[in-house]
Amino acid sequence: MVKEKRIGTGKSSLLLLGVMLLGSFLSAAAQDRIKIELNMGQERPRIAVPDFKGANGDPQTAPLNTVFNQVLWNDLDNAGIFDLVAKSFYPSQTPGQPAELQAKAWGDPPPNAGVITFGNLGVNNGKVDVQGWLYDVKNPGAPQILGKQYKEDATPDMARTIAHRFADEIIARLGSGIAGIAESQIYFVSTRSGNKEIWSMDYDGANQKQITKLGSIALSPRISPDGSRLAFSGLAKDSWQIMMYSLELGRTVAFPRNAGDNFSPAWASDGTKIAFASTVHSGLSEIFVADANGAGARRLSTGKGDVSPVFNPKTNGQIAWVSGRTGLPQIYVMDADGSNVQKMTDQGYAVSPAWSPNGLLLAFAWVRNYGPGVLGGSDIYLMDIASRQIIQLTHDGGRNDFPSWSPDGRHIVFQSNRTGNEQIWSVLADGTHLQQLTRQGRNSQPNWSFK
Amino acid sequence: MNKSTSNRIVVLGVLAFLLVASGCKKKQPAPPPPPPPKAVSATLSANPTSIEAGQSSTLTWSTENATDVALDGNKVDPSGSQTVSPTQTTTYHLTAKGAAGTQEATAQVSVTPKATPTPTPAPTPPPITEDQLFAQTVKDIYFDYDKADLRPDAQQALAQAAQVIKQKGWKVQIEGNCDDRGSTEYNLALGERRADSAKQALIRNGISADALKTISYGKEKPQCTDQNEDCWQKNRRDHFSLLH
Repeated sequence: MVKEKRIGTGKSSLLLLGVMLLGSFLSAAAQDRIKIELNMGQERPRIAVPDFKGANGDPQTAPLNTVFNQVLWNDLDNAGIFDLVAKSFYPSQTPGQPAELQAKAWGDPPPNAGVITFGNLGVNNGKVDVQGWLYDVKNPGAPQILGKQYKEDATPDMARTIAHRFADEIIARLGSGIAGIAESQIYFVSTRSGNKEIWSMDYDGANQKQITKLGSIALSPRISPDGSRLAFSGLAKDSWQIMMYSLELGRTVAFPRNAGDNFSPAWASDGTKIAFASTVHSGLSEIFVADANGAGARRLSTGKGDVSPVFNPKTNGQIAWVSGRTGLPQIYVMDADGSNVQKMTDQGYAVSPAWSPNGLLLAFAWVRNYGPGVLGGSDIYLMDIASRQIIQLTHDGGRNDFPSWSPDGRHIVFQSNRTGNEQIWSVLADGTHLQQLTRQGRNSQPNWSFK
Repeated sequence: MNKSTSNRIVVLGVLAFLLVASGCKKKQPAPPPPPPPKAVSATLSANPTSIEAGQSSTLTWSTENATDVALDGNKVDPSGSQTVSPTQTTTYHLTAKGAAGTQEATAQVSVTPKATPTPTPAPTPPPITEDQLFAQTVKDIYFDYDKADLRPDAQQALAQAAQVIKQKGWKVQIEGNCDDRGSTEYNLALGERRADSAKQALIRNGISADALKTISYGKEKPQCTDQNEDCWQKNRRDHFSLLH
């Protein structure tokens, strides 16, 4: 039984996510694995990514060029929308300038590339200069698609940043106009300072840095849509409170306290509202929504043990959350004013909903066949909200939890203890390209930035 | 008798001798007109002034120009001392009569009842702190997996604890905890339910809601980290703390 579901972007006629159901979970006997394929409605472009050439003999040129080439390759590979032509197929002569490009040698087999990116990097007077191009080598005229130049301080960090920026330009040009994620950030909880604090890293796991220094327990980081503020749950002297860290000021800023415990914040994608769970009303946790500055908190749900709200980022008109009102936790959706409550799952142990950027999918963690003696196996699943079709994303055992979508909707980051202790992993939304991003300490609750 | 008292007696004795001696010498010439009678003085002191029943105190007195000196009606020397052992607090009166009149002095000896010997105290356990008493009285209660309902043994334990909490006027923080298998955020919600279950039970047993505060630690404060049912059960609990 094969069924295909297409999810458009609205504006673009290009197919963003082709959801191919290889089997239906409704059929008990059928194999219930479902794959999502990410493509552009056509073949994935075959892109050749020869190393950029060193433009001069400055001693810093070679090491920075090595960093740049690695990061650019990984970014294009991670994007999930290209086939990268293996380097063993490349012609012996590599271009560093458009004049050196022999388009036919790249467009013909064996490389059989559709597009090529190339360029050069040189360090002059403490500045690193990068020139990069993207050419279509299948067209007879081999037209230029993109040409960019960058100049920054000659540091490995800036070489990395330039590679991210150039990769994002290529991805935006070839990826249906959806911006790349190479400059996005992932926020997460780490124990490596001795207690749970919020940390950040680049999307590929580089540059891991401690953000908060609360000294007690910090959980559930949620970055604001503009990337300036980080909301999280912090254990204060006698209660959990929503806390706010300003990345611009480099410190925690005031946020109103509520009586009782307050945790699991979530931003509306327009930055005007924060939803969270609070026990202030009944002693049991219920979903509240407040203005972005914490003022005007009002209760939306009346459940027993409601937690983990998340806005539909496309409309901000709905909130998904977790409730234990009927026993084991299940995923629910309501309108942003608390009306029109719908139960989305009705078996197992379903928690940690994450709403896809296009508003169409919910990722969540599910112990699907929960029962005595079958505890512990939690996997990441995707649900197409309109049809309630469910797709299993991870199959590798252990406890997988806290999925969070990349800004382009093509990747999911999550926590998994598959290696023995909790670490952060990322995966393409079609289940491929699984990567471990953290290794030190125990790391959990990743949250991908909005852009 | 202390040193200053004995010095005074010596001095008085010398003065008396001189007076008597000079008086003797002055009798020889023609008798002069009789001198005006000298003023009578009297002092009386007790040392110590406070005794326990059965003990004694020394009364010391002296007089001047007195011919008739009596202590509580008994004739005594013009100056002298006497040991007394009153059984109760007593005021002693010294009466000195002379040509110039009568002077009285008093001294009081306070008597406290004899201290009964303190019996050797029976060995008592070292005093326990309020926190220790609390910990002995209000013990952790345990829950089933993903449940917040009180088990019968927990209900019974809370009913008994409530009696002491009420009697002592304790304020209590109830801390809900979960084992580490559930999800971090949902476990915070579950811990709140566990804490609230105990709170409602204590309220039903007569504790005021004002004396009870709840907090959930979810799975953030485990007692142990082993991956087995023994450890998981230890972590599915409400812990109680005395608020000061």
